Amino acid sequence: MELLQLLVSGIAQGCVYGLIALGFVLIYKATETVTFAQGDLMMLGAFGGFIAMSAMGLPFWAAAIATVIVMTLLGVGLERVVIRPILGQPAFSIIMLTIGVAYVLRGAITMIPVIGTETHPLDAPYAGQVIEVAGLVLAAEQVVVILVTAVLCGVLTLLFRHSKLGIAMQASAQNQLAAYYMGIPVRRINGLIWGLAAAVATVAGLLIAPITFVHANMGFIGLKAFPAAVVGGFTSLPGAIVGGLIIGITESVAGFYLEEGFKDIAPYVVVLLMLAVRPNGLFGERMRKKV
Amino acid sequence: MRFIFKTDYAQDINLAKHGGHVGWYGALICALILSPWLLDDYWLAQLTLILIYSIVGLGLMLLAGFTGQFSLGHAAFLGIGAYTQAVAINAGLPLIVALVGAMAFAALIGVIVAIPALRVRGVFLGMATLALGIILEEAFARWESVTGGNAGLFVQSPTLFGFEINEATPYYFLCLILTILVTLGVANLLRSPTGRAFVAIRDSEISAQSMGIPLARYKTLAFAISAALTGLGGALYAHKIQFLTPEQFGIIQSIDLLLLIVIGGLGSIHGAFLGAIFLITMPQIISIGKDYLAAGIGESPGLSAMVYGVVLVLFVLFEPLGLYGRWLKVRAYIQLFPLYRRGMFERQKSFQKSERLK
Repeated sequence: MELLQLLVSGIAQGCVYGLIALGFVLIYKATETVTFAQGDLMMLGAFGGFIAMSAMGLPFWAAAIATVIVMTLLGVGLERVVIRPILGQPAFSIIMLTIGVAYVLRGAITMIPVIGTETHPLDAPYAGQVIEVAGLVLAAEQVVVILVTAVLCGVLTLLFRHSKLGIAMQASAQNQLAAYYMGIPVRRINGLIWGLAAAVATVAGLLIAPITFVHANMGFIGLKAFPAAVVGGFTSLPGAIVGGLIIGITESVAGFYLEEGFKDIAPYVVVLLMLAVRPNGLFGERMRKKV
Repeated sequence: MRFIFKTDYAQDINLAKHGGHVGWYGALICALILSPWLLDDYWLAQLTLILIYSIVGLGLMLLAGFTGQFSLGHAAFLGIGAYTQAVAINAGLPLIVALVGAMAFAALIGVIVAIPALRVRGVFLGMATLALGIILEEAFARWESVTGGNAGLFVQSPTLFGFEINEATPYYFLCLILTILVTLGVANLLRSPTGRAFVAIRDSEISAQSMGIPLARYKTLAFAISAALTGLGGALYAHKIQFLTPEQFGIIQSIDLLLLIVIGGLGSIHGAFLGAIFLITMPQIISIGKDYLAAGIGESPGLSAMVYGVVLVLFVLFEPLGLYGRWLKVRAYIQLFPLYRRGMFERQKSFQKSERLK
């Protein structure tokens, strides 16, 4: 029973990681770049929700929808202003660029007087409720995280696999020039994907804000989502969720059975093992260049 | 504009290509030697830190700028060097032995890190090094019997040939001598077959392999040398700071080191120095600039993060070769004086190519 409870809380935490990892995978799948700004976009989304609720007095759901729309536009704008000019440069340039963007976002939030430097609760209507199933105690926040993650992952997978847009995204990831020749508007696709990733980050931020509170450093949770994405293979959307679950469960089990300190490094040990044994992750595609 | 008329093969491999190099670098070294008498204590301490960070920057530059292996956890090597040095000095070992020990131990860990690095590349290598960096940071915090944990560890001042180096000036000279040795060593390495192999691996692993370069050996070597230099920097850093805590060697420091090489200029030795100057002087510039800003903005804790972020974004967008690249352009402008054209260094626009199959 104890183990089961650990598993459940691990799954809930893992879904959070998976949700952020979804953003990494989306961007990697469609543009072959890795973003370090995802965690801070999530932080910005949570702050957006908080400001919409406290300063503008919107109810939770209206605030959530408004924030997601605004953040999507911000994602598109971000791509247009900073990512597009260095299209075609080495992947490392883009990594450094997103690190810079993350710094700017975190700095900008911290510079807002009063709001930026403090920790705020986000009042979701379901916050504080407890659901008991067969002796297991589940917080409603966690149940919502699990449900939304599952739905979001399903929708995005369908989008990538079956819609014209998703297939165009995959094509432009593999070879932008060839995709462009096939009539795919590569730039617009890139803009869309950044918007989508920002929207996913916002959803993640809004979902975990009732659990972790809203503060300027919540973006650092993004560092734990990297292992999730790598374990899942970095190119697979369900893989990101599975990776997140593995990381979350390892973390909660390690936190309970091992000494203090192991909880924090467990995700990284898992990712190192995974990279040493299966560099392409659980669901990653294997590709080779032949000369 | 200077034209070099080559009459000898030795001219191709000489470190000083022409008389101008000898003159300018000679002047720089003279200025550095005289600086303890020219600068006040505060700026001498800053200059010492710049030298230390230059050594670390050279280490990371060798790995990231010349071998193309990006490490997101390099602060861990800095930490290993620093803690090894602290433990060795506190145990009463002589300075030279401690420095060599710090380098050797960091290099050993570097070789261990290289093992997963041989299987992964690009972004995934970044993930692996990031993971190792975080694990090692946690190890510094938890291995309390050796590192003092989060409570911190005091470092005694070192002795060299019977003299205790506890003042700023002798320590500055120690750092200066080591920096010059490391710089010459790296410059020399890069013109040797090993250095050429590193650059070949950076440009294309497959073509390097086809030319008969054993990837595994050279990547491991690059990691070992880079870790050793970073460890040396860490050892010097330990004496400079004199009090070690694990969070000095975390992810923020790793990103600062990447910032150093990117803003300095990837793939150039000068870049490591320019980046170190940037990293050390930027906080001063920010604190000077604060006085001119509105009180609400100037006092905000987010200001420096914001400035760093904006500078980094601007550099990646407009000056991918960093400060050194900017200097190259200025120099070309001066040398060519009325003939400089605007498009000379224009970046070629291209579509992105997949790096999964590099």
